[in-house]
Amino acid sequence: MSSSELPSSSELSNIPEPDEFMRVVHKPPRKGWMDTPVEFKRGTYCFPGKAKNLKILDMPNPREWSPTDEDWKLPENWKEIIREGFKDRLEKYRSFKLFMDICVRCGACADKCHFFIGSGDPKNMPVLRAELLRSVYRNDFTTAGKLLGRLAGARELTEDVIKEWFYYFYQCTECRRCSVFCPYGIDTAEITMMGRELLHLLGLGINWAMEPVANCFRTGNHLGIRPHGFKDTLEFFADDIENVTGIRIDVPLNKKGAEILFVVPSGDYFGDPGTYTCMGYMMLFHELGIDYTWSTYASEGGNFGLFTSHEMIKRLNAKIYTEAKRLGVKWILGGECGHMWRVMHQYMDTMNGPADFLEEPVSPITGTKFENAKSTKMVHIMEFTADLIRHNKLRLDLGRNDDLIVTFHDSCNPARAMGIFEEPRYVIRNVCNHFYDMPEGTIREQTFCCGGGAGLGTDENLDMRLRGGFPRGNAVRYVQEKYGVNRLACMCAIDRATLIPLCDYWAPGVLVTGIHEMVANALIMKGEKERTINLRGEPLPGSKNQSSVVSHRNWRQADRRLETGREGE
Amino acid sequence: MALWFSLFAVVILTFVVFMGVEMGKLQVLFGVIIPYAALAIFIVGVISRVLRWARSPVPFRITTTCGQQKSLPWIKSNNIESPHNTMGVIVRMALEVLLFRSLFRNTKVELRNDPRLVYGGAKWLWLAGLAFHWSFLVILIRHLRFFTEPVPRLVGLFAGIDGVFEIGVPALYISGLIMLVSVTYLFLRRVFIPQVRYISLAADYFPLFLIIGVGLSGLLMRHFFKVDLLKVKELVMGLVSFHPVVPTGIGIPFYIHLFLVSVLLVYFPFSKLMHLTGVFFSPTRNLANNNRVKRHINPWDYPVKVHTYEEYEDEFRDRMKEAGIPVEKE
Ligand code: SF4
Ligand code: SF4
Repeated sequence: MSSSELPSSSELSNIPEPDEFMRVVHKPPRKGWMDTPVEFKRGTYCFPGKAKNLKILDMPNPREWSPTDEDWKLPENWKEIIREGFKDRLEKYRSFKLFMDICVRCGACADKCHFFIGSGDPKNMPVLRAELLRSVYRNDFTTAGKLLGRLAGARELTEDVIKEWFYYFYQCTECRRCSVFCPYGIDTAEITMMGRELLHLLGLGINWAMEPVANCFRTGNHLGIRPHGFKDTLEFFADDIENVTGIRIDVPLNKKGAEILFVVPSGDYFGDPGTYTCMGYMMLFHELGIDYTWSTYASEGGNFGLFTSHEMIKRLNAKIYTEAKRLGVKWILGGECGHMWRVMHQYMDTMNGPADFLEEPVSPITGTKFENAKSTKMVHIMEFTADLIRHNKLRLDLGRNDDLIVTFHDSCNPARAMGIFEEPRYVIRNVCNHFYDMPEGTIREQTFCCGGGAGLGTDENLDMRLRGGFPRGNAVRYVQEKYGVNRLACMCAIDRATLIPLCDYWAPGVLVTGIHEMVANALIMKGEKERTINLRGEPLPGSKNQSSVVSHRNWRQADRRLETGREGE
Repeated sequence: MALWFSLFAVVILTFVVFMGVEMGKLQVLFGVIIPYAALAIFIVGVISRVLRWARSPVPFRITTTCGQQKSLPWIKSNNIESPHNTMGVIVRMALEVLLFRSLFRNTKVELRNDPRLVYGGAKWLWLAGLAFHWSFLVILIRHLRFFTEPVPRLVGLFAGIDGVFEIGVPALYISGLIMLVSVTYLFLRRVFIPQVRYISLAADYFPLFLIIGVGLSGLLMRHFFKVDLLKVKELVMGLVSFHPVVPTGIGIPFYIHLFLVSVLLVYFPFSKLMHLTGVFFSPTRNLANNNRVKRHINPWDYPVKVHTYEEYEDEFRDRMKEAGIPVEKE
């Protein structure tokens, strides 16, 4: 899995030049969609979940199979399973039932989906993606559908329908952009989530989601990094920080009685450039003398359960509160991640709360009460840092980031499930001198997905990722040409992996950064030596000593170090 | 195919009344029995559909946030697009229901060659939708003068303003015109925008044709066939007071109008037209974004299998100790 974190150049080289790649027709074919069977094209679907991962999680029908197989080896009574599962979910989720009933097919959502824009495949219009399920719903659960059949838009559930579901529910990144525009707030992500849950009942999932889920369940994080490996990694970052700043910092691990439990997505300590952001957190906490701890058990804030089923969200998320309780911390702070924050903000308290053993979060440095997190007791690092800057608690040298001309990518989940728009912008503006937003309609609540969220960020799916990433890439390209932007900031671990090939392809020359990497580069620490390089080991702008590049690591080296503590494939 | 079927269905329905009233003299059936039945089905149907939605709980608070959250006091939050309290939710819902806020955001994307994406505004759908729904409401209110005696002043006022241009005798209502124009636009875009045609079902064309039929028959009976409105009122008041009477000599267009309305009423609860009530139930819009402030309860929550810390430590204890990571059990 590790080697596919960044796409190999061979995968990219299979993709034609942009002008050829984007010869996309948005006009649907003559033949109706019900008569167009799904075709699994190379580069546009993800490999299925491996049996061993399904077994670890006690999930149904573990077996080896491939989407291109004729026979998907479904359980004998698969129709009944789906029917029951469908019914069950209609009864449990008002959203699902309602969204099955009230769509008027106005088409307002159609060209809002990055996958439709980038692929032209009509079944990637959110409305049609939902109709894939709705047609079966009408057939099995509504009077009109039972009486009028196809005229009412009903169709029978067949294996081909299941294949279509698999293809298109894994061509939706659950980004919720469509739901912003729908006059009834129909959220196709919600429908995709239900669709995926139904598929899992038959043992149909993708490995890029199931492997992280299985790893996370057992070792606490998606990458399967075991406790000693986790420690090594953080120590290794401490070495690097020492190289850059001359300061040795501690790595508090599983420390009982600490004030704050700090939780990040594992991408932050696994691959560049997330690693620099991870160092950024460590430097910030050290500088402020915050009493915090990492946990090896809760070593993952991300939650690929979100891309699997509601039950799986809960199973993986449970460790956050139990660990906070075990360690006796007062509250929880969370790092830069996207889907992690959808879970923390919209699901955690309901699923695994109440967190009545914790205290309402208060910043130990500024005394600010985070009233907006008083029940869940978990604060977003961007809220935390914005508050610090606002209270002048950080000494910052913006000049150190003067080589960066920055734009900011709002990740889908923090944007449309939290509404955290100003905090990151406030922090960015206060740590660098050159910041330019991308155009309206591509940022904030209307932000475009990176094309690789919801478990789709895998290499075999690169064709579709780059298509889905096109609207984002196009907007980056725009500010690159207009303002000379060379850095795309984001606060999401998935983004920090998927935006790299996206920029390489759509806006070459733009690199990706986390926000706390920029914070840490600008941060003037007590007792630091004169800094000549940034966290990437590159010379700082205006630095006299340009030759002192000591510890330039590439991600493969980091990867090797991690081998010590990671599960073998 | 779906289009022709729907058109055909509405034509047949019209034909059915025509034959029934003209040939079969079934005025009582079409003037009394069917309207009563239709109304009953409408009411029962709508209520039971709403109850069916209401029966399914909202296990999670899944607000779609379209504006800045309320977090730190010095950051301006947007209480309408990302409401943090009930007041905000009410305003958000009101904007949604009365002004179609979300549809107003609509944009249109175009793929240019190099390749590049260009975004443009696309307000026509919003405008037509809004015009259609509002004119429909005005028409409904105006119709109240057939249902009330004496006619409330407000209703009379409404009709007065609506017919203010005094084009023709009797005055042509602006609302009727707006409705027909907007509904025609909604129909034409369904036919001419390829993507919308592709997703359209008979269930999308049928209500459009039905409403066009209702509107046209209304227009015809008012302006061309000059149906005797006093007799119409007599019939309607009879229905309202549960003493149905069927005055003779009301023209066929009225029966067509009434029958198509009845069909619409019957069709309503079984169709997408339920979006009228559905919009109020939409969990992405009608919930406050106060997730971390107030715990939301899932009524069907159940325990799940987790990997406990103890199991975790049991597996990794030796390695943890070796690495100097504190453990619970030595
Ligand atoms: S915008 Fe909403 S109502 Fe319109 S087609 Fe899309 S999901 Fe359906
Ligand atoms: S949630 Fe995102 S990816 Fe899925 S259909 Fe909507 S816009 Fe497309």
